[in-house]
Amino acid sequence: MRAHAHIGRWLGLGGLSAVLLFGCRPSPSGPDGAAEPIRVGEFASMTGKEAAFGQSSHKGTLLAIEEINAAGGVLGRPLHLITEDNQSKPGESATVVRKLISRERVVAVLGEVASGRSLEAAPICQQSRIPMISPSSTNPKVTEMGDCIFRVCFLDSFQGAALARFARQTLQSTRVAILSDAAAPYSVGLAAFFRERFLAGAGQVVAEQKYSSGDKDFKAQLTAIRAAQPEAIFVPGYYTEVGLIALQARQLGISVPLFGGDGWEAPELIQIAGTALEGNYYSTHFAPEVESTVAQNFVQKFTAKYGAAPDAIAALGYDSALLLADAIRRAGAAEGAPLRDAIASTRDFSGASGLTTIDPQRNARKSAVMITIRDGRFCYVQTITPEEALRNEPSPGP
Amino acid sequence: MMPGRRFLLLLGAVAAGSVLSLQSHRINPYFLDVAVTVAINVILAVSLNLINGYTGQFSLGHAGFMAIGAYIAASTTMFWAPGLLPAASSPGFIGMAVFPAALLAGGLAAGLAGILVGAPSLRLKGDYLAIVTLGFGEIIRVIFRNLESVGGALGLNGIPACTNLFWTISMAALTIYAVTSMVHSTYGRGFTAVQDDEIAAEAIGINTTRYKITAFVVGAFFAGIAGGLYGHFKLSIDPRGFDFMKSIEIALMVILGGMGNTVGVIIAAILLTLLPELLRPVAEYRMMLYSFLLILLMLTCPQGLFQPRFFRRLLSPFLRGSAAPAEDPPRPA
Amino acid sequence: MTEFLQQLLNGLSLGAVYALIALGYTMVYGVLRFINFAHSDVFMVGAFAGYYLNRWMPSDSMAGGLAILAGSMAFCALLGVVIERLAYRPLRRRSRLNVLITAIGVSLLLEYTGQFLFGAAPKPFPQLFPVRTFQFAGGLIVSTNQLAVLVLTPLLLAALHFIVLKTRFGTAMRAISFHPVAATLVGINLDRVISFTFALGSALAAAGGILYSLNYQSIDPLMGVLPGLKAFVAAVVGGIGNIPGAALGGLLLGIIETFVNGSRWSTATDAIAFALLILILLFRPAGLLGKLEVEKV
Repeated sequence: MRAHAHIGRWLGLGGLSAVLLFGCRPSPSGPDGAAEPIRVGEFASMTGKEAAFGQSSHKGTLLAIEEINAAGGVLGRPLHLITEDNQSKPGESATVVRKLISRERVVAVLGEVASGRSLEAAPICQQSRIPMISPSSTNPKVTEMGDCIFRVCFLDSFQGAALARFARQTLQSTRVAILSDAAAPYSVGLAAFFRERFLAGAGQVVAEQKYSSGDKDFKAQLTAIRAAQPEAIFVPGYYTEVGLIALQARQLGISVPLFGGDGWEAPELIQIAGTALEGNYYSTHFAPEVESTVAQNFVQKFTAKYGAAPDAIAALGYDSALLLADAIRRAGAAEGAPLRDAIASTRDFSGASGLTTIDPQRNARKSAVMITIRDGRFCYVQTITPEEALRNEPSPGP
Repeated sequence: MMPGRRFLLLLGAVAAGSVLSLQSHRINPYFLDVAVTVAINVILAVSLNLINGYTGQFSLGHAGFMAIGAYIAASTTMFWAPGLLPAASSPGFIGMAVFPAALLAGGLAAGLAGILVGAPSLRLKGDYLAIVTLGFGEIIRVIFRNLESVGGALGLNGIPACTNLFWTISMAALTIYAVTSMVHSTYGRGFTAVQDDEIAAEAIGINTTRYKITAFVVGAFFAGIAGGLYGHFKLSIDPRGFDFMKSIEIALMVILGGMGNTVGVIIAAILLTLLPELLRPVAEYRMMLYSFLLILLMLTCPQGLFQPRFFRRLLSPFLRGSAAPAEDPPRPA
Repeated sequence: MTEFLQQLLNGLSLGAVYALIALGYTMVYGVLRFINFAHSDVFMVGAFAGYYLNRWMPSDSMAGGLAILAGSMAFCALLGVVIERLAYRPLRRRSRLNVLITAIGVSLLLEYTGQFLFGAAPKPFPQLFPVRTFQFAGGLIVSTNQLAVLVLTPLLLAALHFIVLKTRFGTAMRAISFHPVAATLVGINLDRVISFTFALGSALAAAGGILYSLNYQSIDPLMGVLPGLKAFVAAVVGGIGNIPGAALGGLLLGIIETFVNGSRWSTATDAIAFALLILILLFRPAGLLGKLEVEKV
């Protein structure tokens, strides 16, 4: 092979470019002036399959950073948000988080929505001891990765229990079918936690069907579920598919209520499913009706900036940035162990999604709100606290 | 090139790898990440080049082999080795002794799958083979997604960080060494013969079946090793990371580098890994630009990017005296 | 029994859409012998063209819906011709793999441009035609959208069959497929026929996109990826380059997928679809209806 004679030359060239690559270092970020910005990293699915969630969370985070800077920043320094896109692709988050930490020298990392992506970034943040705050990864494993990994949302184990209680107590259902997304770790986890608690409460799962994210045809699964005659259908998926599931369920003449978790949360849900959603329920982190000044302020500013009402993922993105700023303020320093300890000692922090307290496992103890869809609007139904959800109660009488 | 020189190059690369690895704490972790990713992609592209480029069997299932390697290697370091040798679970021991065994196990498992995937190539050609290998890749992915013991849809997390520059550079060098040595040996001429004209090759007594299967097994073996390196580097693996887009990405490197041109394929692997990183500053336009550049590259240099001739043409205005070479004659369609 | 009939109906309407997309793959393959990876994204553009046309001139009457369908088909036909002209034609004399890479590039370009222009979030697709659902005894439910797919697909298929077998362009297409050099020697304008093939295939993809979106009612820039892959599988199962084969493969795949999805093996749908594909190809290496070409020396 003719090209082969060049192998030595190419290797030499490769070596040279490697030297060039490793030779360059980022220049130290300016003199230590009073107004030097605090660098905050964010990694999100800005493009790709999960871009809808990533963009929503990013909008919330960006709004929070702008608000903080408009109010004079933290410790007299503005916050500088550096966002990296992971294209919703596995393997990318590790790279971008390494870049954020080593090249951009961020003091903390915010992200991600999807638990799978957060689990990729967590060991890297832990290794560098840079605090990471996940806005809305609900899988329990995320914060188990180390003592620098936090989250501002509740866990799927709690959400599953809350939904099981809701199905049993409020919907009075004993026969439930589950339709979950086999390709989404979030959905698989939530379905498992729900099943466990629901069976423990003397419920019965009469049918269990799976689909994969990105599917648009659910008629086959729904037809099989229809044949099992459940009293309610649990759909722990993302709104991108849930809207279509609701629509196709009604088209197939299924009239029992559907209910699901915080993946449902998005204004687009109603646009996609329209009237098919009436009388269905989901649990989430925050309801716009909740009478808190922070929440009202957030809804108003978000709507003014982006021209659409925020969803829970945007609210949690917003809260993750606010909580970080609050911790920096309390720590009196924007780095290292003091910052980590300040985040860990957060108590009753008031954000758009309610009060957040970080527990010793670095999770947020929060209540879930149940939302129903009535007349084309999301309406608040009830709040389920962690104590209520995990209480073992005898099943209610008929 | 003499086989001796090739072996010296291999030793040189391993030595360079160990030196760089010892100095790796001085290298910025982001650059380290990019460098390791480049080396892993080089292994994937060079090993696929044996199947696609040299033997002419168009395979789109390389990500599946990589997935097998990644899962088997990760399971070895995480579950099997600690189970067998409970005493030897110190990080140093895992890094030095268990990890190479895990890489080997991952490679062997992928190689076994290579037999299975290679078998249809005896009956199928071209696009039919491409779709069947793609199907195998997807089946492997779906199987891992449904295996709860390796994390199911969530994937495996908390894989020990064993991959370093030494292992990746050595493995990349070993892959290049093994593939070039095989192809350039007397035995290995058979691979090219199968690609050039299968019927003629068979007519002169070349056992085409054996060559095809060998190409699949060896290619899959190294893809499995790449998977093992990948898993122990990213520290978490997820079945979605091994979908057919990943296979297509690897095939892109092979075709852009020029099928059956190892040097070209290596450079294409480096370029296609660095390109998206270099485009990061333009955020939302990044992938649009990337795909646009891909089309442009293919239209302007369809022979594969890295023909030495291409560089000579590129440099010809600057090299006085050397006449610009004539245009390449068009290849028959 | 009702469940079986319902699933059969679900499978047929899904398979009909696969068949429409598969036809585009198969036609381009028949003439140019390469897999047009960008086809599945033309399918997506077709759906978005319908979406924006409808916003521009809302319709819920039969005529309005058909006008939008035609408009979207025309737009995609043009898009197909432009893609072929700019990205594929310069490479026609090169190896097929080069064109394959360019096709992947075009596919990625359409997807990412789509995400940039339309946003990544799914959009609700409007009802272009008046919708009615019929309920039969025993609970079998049929909607007019499902019927539309089942009626329009055979019609388009028959039209295509007519074009390929009875018209001058069709004859030219078959001649090129048979022997490109000989075809040019007898005075066939290669460029024009290939442009026409792309126009036809892309128009069918647009029709597929609209019919698919009518049934599933949500569109996003990545919606083409999965159906495109499935349709490609269908085209190969049927025997790539063979028009009735593509239709058969599409229907078969749609029905199999639906029945697997409705069973307890639904997590393995894709694996089972591909396993069947591999089995079929092992026993019939040129697909169900494809002719095995014995290579002569």
